[in-house]
Amino acid sequence: MALDFERPLLELEAKIEELNRFTQEKGIDFSEEIALLEKKSRDMKENIYSNLSPWQKVQIARHAARPNTLDYCKALFTDFLELHGDRLFGDDPAILGGLARYKGIPITVIGHLKGHDTKENVQRNFGMAHPEGYRKALRLMKQAEKFGRPVVCFIDTAGAYCGMGAEERGQGEAIARNLMAMSALKVPIISVVIGEGGSGGALALGVANKILMQEHAIFSVSSPEAAASILWKDGSKAKEAAEALNLTAEDLLRLGVIDEILPEPLGGAHSDLTATYSLLDEALERHLKELLQQSTEQLVEMRYAKFRSMGQTG
Amino acid sequence: MALDIFRKTKYVTVRPEGNQTEKRDIPEGLWVKCPRCNEILYTKELEKNCKVCQKCNYHFRLNVQERIRMTVDEGSFQELDHELTTINPLNFPNYSEKIADVQETTGLKEAILAGEATIEGNPVMIGVMDSHFIMGSMGSVVGEQIARTIEKAIERRCPVLLFSTSGGARMQEGILSLMQMAKTSAALAKLDEAGLLFISVFTDPTTGGVTASFASLGDIIIAEPGALIGFTGPRVIEQTIRQKLPEGFQRAEFMRQHGMVDMIINRLKLRDTLAKILSLHQV
Repeated sequence: MALDFERPLLELEAKIEELNRFTQEKGIDFSEEIALLEKKSRDMKENIYSNLSPWQKVQIARHAARPNTLDYCKALFTDFLELHGDRLFGDDPAILGGLARYKGIPITVIGHLKGHDTKENVQRNFGMAHPEGYRKALRLMKQAEKFGRPVVCFIDTAGAYCGMGAEERGQGEAIARNLMAMSALKVPIISVVIGEGGSGGALALGVANKILMQEHAIFSVSSPEAAASILWKDGSKAKEAAEALNLTAEDLLRLGVIDEILPEPLGGAHSDLTATYSLLDEALERHLKELLQQSTEQLVEMRYAKFRSMGQTG
Repeated sequence: MALDIFRKTKYVTVRPEGNQTEKRDIPEGLWVKCPRCNEILYTKELEKNCKVCQKCNYHFRLNVQERIRMTVDEGSFQELDHELTTINPLNFPNYSEKIADVQETTGLKEAILAGEATIEGNPVMIGVMDSHFIMGSMGSVVGEQIARTIEKAIERRCPVLLFSTSGGARMQEGILSLMQMAKTSAALAKLDEAGLLFISVFTDPTTGGVTASFASLGDIIIAEPGALIGFTGPRVIEQTIRQKLPEGFQRAEFMRQHGMVDMIINRLKLRDTLAKILSLHQV
């Protein structure tokens, strides 16, 4: 699936393809032209991807082919075992949780899970969790605490689900409880924003010792569409809202919200999965090793201090 | 020309800047109409009745000063010394002007006023939000004030009482507003650890990031009758599910039925109830 701003690039690639075909079919040597066009295409790609607007990043962050929580679980961890249910009401497929082994260490992994296609998305409710999802996450975090396992969270949601059932079962309370419990959890927590980090539903997996964020991921107080609707009563002004909200990884690093930007391959995380996985892997291992050196008290204190200092404090 | 009188009149909606809710919420005249039952109420009587409609029990929205006056022992409130002034951290368009405007119309510095007080002699750290200040939205300063209030309570080993009313996180401060949810909830985790009481009172309306953080974390959660309490506002839910919400959905009574609040207390009895709860926690 091509994004709007990638169209000129695709046209160029089609041209190269065509010339390649000509070379093969007709035996005419176009290698010089092809080399020229390939260079042009590379330059164009670099140019596009180093000057992405916030709205373009929103589109990349939402790209259907972008690796999701399950993809990272399969690529980075071994022995992954999915655990289900909140023991209170049900199991929420919008949040994936379970046990795994990472570099030999048992961990608890939790993440919003979007689908790659409509069928998966319907099954996963587009990664928009109900209270059960957050309560399952909390149960697994408490379990991780009991067994001294670090917790790795993947954030990838447009937001918590807005529906009647969600309200009836206390969506607000479920998120609030997670924020409070995570802030005091006695094991290391690393959260990685891998796509869309939308609102309280994203933060409910985000009160971590380290927040890492992929280069083209977004993290925002609300989706640009919702912000535009709240601010200007006009959801179609999402592009303007995206500009104003400061939701890119660069913005968040500058504002002191995240700890590190994880680079993505040229063309976005979905364009070269192997490279994406190894870039994330390197950072995750480094941060986890660092956190495992800390005492329980240090972990809890540093997490408190981190969030205590966000925004204006004086 | 004579036909002109049959022409449809063109109406223009005039929206006075800044104080759209004021007209409905702060009656200035001698009489005021109850927005629920349309009864015409005598302002002085209404005020004597804690701004609760004598006919239908509608609880009018209060401003910070009214709430503090009705809740704490006379003269006991002392504002927490704070030098916090709201800035525009993201250079969000028109935000600074909006803040200046609303500060002038409400006479408040921010959407919360916090301090120490006593209720029937029981000391308490208290914070009161005001929906007249950008819908009581929580930005950096609101979050910081709540965190300080909680930390002060830990220092003094006294309970925390927070009255919420809010549309949620403040859009104009973006992600920094969102992070106040984590900040306030983390501060409450510390209060928990210190074994101190937190009473949360939901007032009309409380939604979004405030419902999804400190307001839902009370040891005891009280709601005023009829208060709208939810995570997502009703308008957005209706748009999402494309159907009309049933009558009473997300109201205090609904929330109690679904186990989200401990009790619904009429405003006229609220002070007494708070005093009772506080005294039951005296050591």
